[in-house]
Amino acid sequence: MIPAQFDYIAPGSVEEAISALAEHGDDAKVLAGGQSLLPILRMRLNAPGFVIDLGRIGELQGITEEGDTLVIGAMTTYAAVLASEAVGTHAALLSKAIQTVADPQIRHRGTIGGALVHADPAGDVGAPALALGAEFVIAGPGGSTRTVAGDDFFEDLFTTAVGEGELLTQIRVPKHTGWGAHYEKFVRVSHQWSIVGIAATVRSEGGSIAEARVGLTNMGSTPLRARAVEDALVGQPATDEAVRAAVASVAEGTNPPSDLNGDSDYRKHLATVLTRRAVLAAAGA
Amino acid sequence: MTITDDRTDTAAPELEIGKARRRKEDQRLITGRTRWTDNIQLPGMLHLAMVRSPFAHATITAIDTSEAKAAPGVIDVVTGADIKDVQGVNANAWPITPDQVTPTHLPVAVERVACAGEIVAVVVARSAAAARDAAELVDVDYDELPAVLDLKEAAADTVLAHPDLGTNKSAFWKLDSAEAGTGGDVDAAIAKARADGVVIEREFRQQRLIPAFMEPRSVVVDPTGEQMVVWSATQIPHILRFLISATMGIPESKVRVIAPDVGGGFGGKLQTTPEEFATIAVARRLGKPCKYTETRSESLLSGHHGRDQWQKLTLSAEKDGTVTGFKVELLADMGAYVAIVGGGVPVLGAWMFNSIYKFPAYQFNCQTVLTNKTWVDAYRGAGRPEATFGIERMMDELAAELGRDPLEVREQNWITHEEFPFTTVAGMTYDSGNYEAATARAKELFGYDELRAEQQRRRESNDPVQLGIGVSTFTEMCGLAPSRILGQLSYGAGGWEHASIRMLATGKVEVVTGVSPHGQGHETAWSQIVADRLGVPFEDVEVLHGDTQTSPRGLDTYGSRSLVVGAEAVVRAADKVIDKAKVFAAHLLEASEDDLEFKAGRFGVKGTDKGIGIAEIALATFTAHNLPDGAEPSIDADATFDPDNFSFPHGTHLCAMEVDTETGATTMRKYVCVDDIGTIINPLIVEGQVHGGLVQGIAQALWEGAEYDEQGTLVTGSFVDYTLPTAADTISFITDHTTSPSTTNTLGTKGVGEAGTIASTPAVVNAIIDAVRPLGVDDIVMPCTPERVWKAIQAGQAVSHEGERAAAPHFDEATPNQDPGAGSPSTTTEGSDQ
Repeated sequence: MIPAQFDYIAPGSVEEAISALAEHGDDAKVLAGGQSLLPILRMRLNAPGFVIDLGRIGELQGITEEGDTLVIGAMTTYAAVLASEAVGTHAALLSKAIQTVADPQIRHRGTIGGALVHADPAGDVGAPALALGAEFVIAGPGGSTRTVAGDDFFEDLFTTAVGEGELLTQIRVPKHTGWGAHYEKFVRVSHQWSIVGIAATVRSEGGSIAEARVGLTNMGSTPLRARAVEDALVGQPATDEAVRAAVASVAEGTNPPSDLNGDSDYRKHLATVLTRRAVLAAAGA
Repeated sequence: MTITDDRTDTAAPELEIGKARRRKEDQRLITGRTRWTDNIQLPGMLHLAMVRSPFAHATITAIDTSEAKAAPGVIDVVTGADIKDVQGVNANAWPITPDQVTPTHLPVAVERVACAGEIVAVVVARSAAAARDAAELVDVDYDELPAVLDLKEAAADTVLAHPDLGTNKSAFWKLDSAEAGTGGDVDAAIAKARADGVVIEREFRQQRLIPAFMEPRSVVVDPTGEQMVVWSATQIPHILRFLISATMGIPESKVRVIAPDVGGGFGGKLQTTPEEFATIAVARRLGKPCKYTETRSESLLSGHHGRDQWQKLTLSAEKDGTVTGFKVELLADMGAYVAIVGGGVPVLGAWMFNSIYKFPAYQFNCQTVLTNKTWVDAYRGAGRPEATFGIERMMDELAAELGRDPLEVREQNWITHEEFPFTTVAGMTYDSGNYEAATARAKELFGYDELRAEQQRRRESNDPVQLGIGVSTFTEMCGLAPSRILGQLSYGAGGWEHASIRMLATGKVEVVTGVSPHGQGHETAWSQIVADRLGVPFEDVEVLHGDTQTSPRGLDTYGSRSLVVGAEAVVRAADKVIDKAKVFAAHLLEASEDDLEFKAGRFGVKGTDKGIGIAEIALATFTAHNLPDGAEPSIDADATFDPDNFSFPHGTHLCAMEVDTETGATTMRKYVCVDDIGTIINPLIVEGQVHGGLVQGIAQALWEGAEYDEQGTLVTGSFVDYTLPTAADTISFITDHTTSPSTTNTLGTKGVGEAGTIASTPAVVNAIIDAVRPLGVDDIVMPCTPERVWKAIQAGQAVSHEGERAAAPHFDEATPNQDPGAGSPSTTTEGSDQ
């Protein structure tokens, strides 16, 4: 498949990228790992005049620790996140979710920031990022940056708080050291987008759940965080019965899509079952 | 003459047949460093892009090509009207009845399109990118027409796929055992069983599938030489050459077709395509070499699809489980056109629905129907998977109804090994087989009794994960085909196969085969066969194929025919080489032919150590210095083989599936198959064919299905939605073989290309049903998605709570199988003693 013609720009810094965006505005698309953008271009679902490739901007790659926070550069590949011991130790939920993304080739090309900004509700990193209370650092014109909380980042289908002329530069993840984690992804074939995915991370104390965080993939137009369930889980023993009761309402108020893989009601049913399983697995039960 | 044959002293050389050789063609195929059609670059070659209809059914009112023609790099934009007298036609080569309704299938539509994806204009440019860009500038005006998409609606003729034809019904084909004299009256058998036996009535849906070969289709046409050369990623270069000539008015002698290395087909490249004909027409119009390579999206939309049937099945039996009759009523979707063998594919089921069972009465009815969807044709198994699914699902339903083990009920009814050759109720003579032996071995490998015990434990403990065991004891007809039978069926060609063997002066051997591999491993298998037959080293055999100049005669590769028919021709050619060489050997050894014996590549004089190798004879033939008086200096030979009968591989497949009743998710726990494919040439190739075939059949059960929306747009238009499995989705299969050599060819081979696909689909679905049958489920429509499984369980439990199962009507249009996921109420009746 052959995309329509475009001009290719490969800035060497965030500043250069921002000015390229300012210059070309609407007619430009930002290329991160390309795992969503390239198919879109090749199938001619979009035909931008300019593609701005962030692949040569070193400052956007890598994972560092700042006190109680993990700082992940937006252009860090899934594979690099997966390989990071710091992420495995302090944000295990993210590692568990990324293990399920597509296949090894895609994980070596695709980036965490690219996936978050693309904001496909069936993508697997949004829900864990929300559940972990991640914050998103966005660079804008004139060297400006702003930080957006998880709840404000995902606005709608394929729409985030990253505005025109802006770039996501960092994902700041509060450390959840010692928390158990599980990502329960429901698919028909292994390389598929999530039909439903449940991200759960739990801090246990003496066989009970002291704190829980739960994020939902593909249960609406954006990734969701199930705060009511999180609250209901606090203090519960990590037993099938207790968790089943606490998560029973997880699908309430969600509006999942209907498609060939399942209708909306089926997804709601799945979310209930899978949340129980994810929480129990995260709690080591 | 100093050619040495270092094998002449070997007392008992190791035979090549049966050796698990790695395939000699794999290095170039796997690395891609070979000639695929799309790799071909000719001087001055132009590139094509197709403009396709977005509508399922529409009249073309105007095409404005001016903007596209003015685009950079564009040479021409050609519409159907521009080439309407020279573009030929995509022919149906198998009219199944004399009055078959066959809409004319033009490569580029002229007035009307009958399915989405149909070509309406061709853009020719200096680069593929320029052609693609300009294709978006072609402005086509359409008047939409009502489209008929549903198979049953089409059969009602309310909306017409082709209004000018007056009907959607293409042809009706029937086989009745009473009329044919091969068995009794099926309606009488069913009526009797209603009174004092068991009648099982079911309706099954064979969903539409898309052949997803690895290499998209591609064609290059060079019209500049004396012979027009067509390279195509096709399974059928010889048939393509014939049809180009027959439908475009080009003398056959002026056409050369080359199928270079071809990356898979599965029947999907058993076609003469609109893209091939359009490219030829455009190349001839411009007098320039032209190339067209489809995108994957185009392949999914516009390559032919497979399967797509409704099956209404009625099986009658005595109360002790002895089957008495089987009636088959099919509706088969042809799509918008009757493709090359489109009508014939479901009709192949006529000889397969009765399978391995001794039905005394049988009737097969097939109505083919036109719709406004992509045309349907052969897909791995072609008619036989559909039939096998139907009968094997029914045998499990019969066993369930009787409360008996499904293997036991099968054994009660199958042909025993002492009964071969056996003429079936459909009139086929099965040459050999041993269903008892294959089944016994499969049960042993499977751990059948232990898994049944585990199933019982899970049922008793209400385990959220239930276990089911599915059975499929299949047979198939391979080795297409005896030409005389094809003639009786009005098929447009014969079923013979051709081979040539050239003995080169240096001792090497060229084998030319008329079959056309696209990944099967012919080069390796044929080399093994010839190495044994002629006693030459495996490495010294070169197998040539796929080019009508090198291989002028052949009927190509499909229907598991290559080994059974094509290799038999090779064997016969080899035997002719030996016969010719023997005359020269006798001359050179100054011995009588009667005193010579040919062994391990050497003619020896009985009772002496005198002898001469076949390579030495090849050299002596080349120099021709010392040959018998008047001898023609050649030991090369040709052979054409026309089989007397099909071959009938069979096997027992056992599948264990776990069903998560909370989500409907299904997980394969174990899969065992014991196939009897006759003599095995290369066990490694066989293993590969079985594995790939199994995955393709399992994929129909669990994952794949072509879905259209209400406008006739293909929803599963990319691999995001057409969920093709990968290795990550399958388990390690346990495979084994029993061997009952075929009696219809020298080597005793039966064919293995389609076995796995044919057998596995019902094994998987039977296993899923077996897992959830206690929950009130007796059918789930394919693909058995988790949603469908879960909904079937919900519906089954709701119905059983209401206690209404027995009251469900037969073949209620509103209930069985139709609503995706709806658990169909049972439609089983049991006669009562009066």
